[in-house]
Amino acid sequence: MSGLVIKGHPGIGDAVEGEALVAHDNFSARYDLDRIKGVFSRPAHKLYGQSYLGKVLVLNIAKGGVATAWMLNEMKSRDMAPVALLLNYANPIIAQGAAFARFPLIDRFDRDITELVRTGQRLAVDPKAGEVTVLG
Amino acid sequence: MRLTEHEQHILAGGLGPVRQKAMQQQVAVGEFFDAEDMVEVRQAHIMADTESLGEAGVAWLEELGKHPEKDRRVAIPTITDPRGADFKSYDRINHDAAYVALERRASDAFQALGVLMTDTCINYQTIMPPVMGEHLAMGDTGVVIYCNSVLGARTNYEGGPSALAAALTGRTPRYGFHLDQNRRGKSRFRVTHRPEGLEEWGALGGIVGRCMGSYYEVPVIEGIDAAPSSDEMKHLGAAMASFGSTALFHMVGVTPEAPDLQSVFDGTPPDPVEISEKAFADFMADYAPPDDGLDVVVFAAPQLSVLELEQVASLLKGRKVADDVACLIATSPENKAAADRFGLTRTMEDAGAVVLEGVCFYQMHARELGEANGWSRLMTNSAKLTNIIGGYGYRPVLGSMAACVESACRGRVVR
Repeated sequence: MSGLVIKGHPGIGDAVEGEALVAHDNFSARYDLDRIKGVFSRPAHKLYGQSYLGKVLVLNIAKGGVATAWMLNEMKSRDMAPVALLLNYANPIIAQGAAFARFPLIDRFDRDITELVRTGQRLAVDPKAGEVTVLG
Repeated sequence: MRLTEHEQHILAGGLGPVRQKAMQQQVAVGEFFDAEDMVEVRQAHIMADTESLGEAGVAWLEELGKHPEKDRRVAIPTITDPRGADFKSYDRINHDAAYVALERRASDAFQALGVLMTDTCINYQTIMPPVMGEHLAMGDTGVVIYCNSVLGARTNYEGGPSALAAALTGRTPRYGFHLDQNRRGKSRFRVTHRPEGLEEWGALGGIVGRCMGSYYEVPVIEGIDAAPSSDEMKHLGAAMASFGSTALFHMVGVTPEAPDLQSVFDGTPPDPVEISEKAFADFMADYAPPDDGLDVVVFAAPQLSVLELEQVASLLKGRKVADDVACLIATSPENKAAADRFGLTRTMEDAGAVVLEGVCFYQMHARELGEANGWSRLMTNSAKLTNIIGGYGYRPVLGSMAACVESACRGRVVR
C-alpha cells in the first residue's frame, strides 16, 4: 500500500519520517516504558521488550497520569525518544507533553490507525497537515 | 484560535520569551483540541516532582530562572503538588541523597519563578478550595477530579509544563471540562452498598474507573443518599482518576451539577450498571495477600487530612510498630504543622511511625526506596496507591485504616 495517505486531525510538532512500530494497545510513558533502556517494559503491553528508539509508534489511546507531560522532553533530551506518536485518541496530557517537547503527534484518524499501518512500514508524518503517508 | 489583544501581545513576545514560549505551547494544545479561545484561570497547581521532571526538566526550569524577574514571574497564584523528597526526614527512610539534591534544585528553581511550594495534592482541603464555576489549571489527577466534581470548578488535567504555562500567561485553552457540553453525564452507575471505610470509597472509585473508556467519559453515580465526607470524596475521586483517567464524575443529589438524574444527562439516561456489595468484595479480593508477609504500611495517596491524621494517631496511641515493618504517613506541610501542634505527630512517632511532609510516596522514587529498605509487601488503605505501586515493584494489599495499623503493629497482614 505504498503511497497511501491517511488523514487525521492536525497535530503537533514538525514533519518526520520513520519506521512504524504498531500495536492495538495503549500508551503511557510512565507506566509502559523503561525510559533508560528505550524499551516497552510493562509485561502486559503488546510491545513488551521491543525498542521504540527511532520508531514511529502507532497505538490506540493515551493513558496514565500527569507525569507523562514532562517525559517526552526528558526522553528527547537524551536522544531516547520515539520519532513520532500516532494514536487513535490522544488525551490532554500527551498533547501538552508533545507541545512542550515539540514532539510529532497526530490522532483522530479516519479509521483505526493501528489497522491501517503495519510494523516495519516506512511512514512520513506531517503533523501540520494531520497526514501520514505510507512510503513502503 | 481567537486570541485577545493581550494574548497576541504575549505570543508576539511583548512580555518576554518565557511567556511567549508558554503561549506558543498553549496555542498548539488549543488548536489540537479545537479550542475556540483561551479562558482566564485563577490558580495553577504544578506536578513537578523530580521523578517526572528528570535532570532535563530541572535544568530547563533553572534556565527560566535566568531571565529578568518581570519576564519569569508567574502571573497568577501558583502552587505545587507533592515533591520527590522530604527535606527534613529523607535520611530516616534511606532516601538517596542524589535525588534529594536534585529535588532541592527543582524547589529553588520554582521559587525563582514566584511559585509557592505548597507540596500538596490536597490543596482543595488545605490551601484555597475552589469555587463553583471557577476556571483553574490543576496538575494532579486527584485534585482535578475533586475540584471538578465535588466543588463544580472547571479544569482539565494540566501536566507540569502545561500548568506552568498557565501560571505564566494566566490562561489556558478552553477545551475539555471548561466547556458545558463536556460536563454532562455519559455513563450511569447505581450503588446498592454504601461504602464504609475510606478503602471502600477508594474501591468504588476503582470499580467505576475500570469501566471508563476515555478521558471524556463522565460517570454518574446514584444511590448514595447522605453526603459523603470530604475525605471519602477524596479517596473516591483519587482512585477513579487513577484507574480510569477520569476527570469529572457526578453523584446524584450530592455534587453541585447533579441535583437529580434528569438534569445531568442530555436526553434519556442510559441504563445503570449496578455496583453491589459483591463488586466491592471482588475489588478488595484483587488486592488480597497470598500470605501474611508485610514490609511497609503506607498512609498516603492522597496526603492525609488533619482528621485522618487524628484517626491514625488514635489507632496508634500506646501501640508499637513491629521492628521489621515500617509505617509511613504522608501529609502536607500545613497539616504536618497542625499535627505537631495537636500532639498527633508525637503520638504516631512514639509508636514508631514516620510522619512525612510534602511528599506522597509513589512520587518519591518508590522503586529505589523499596530496594534501599527491602520493601515489597505494602499495605495501605488507599485504592489509588494499590493501583500505582505494583508498577514500582511492590505487592500491594488493600485494607481498612484500622487493619493497616493492626498489621503494622503485629508485623504481619491482619484483615
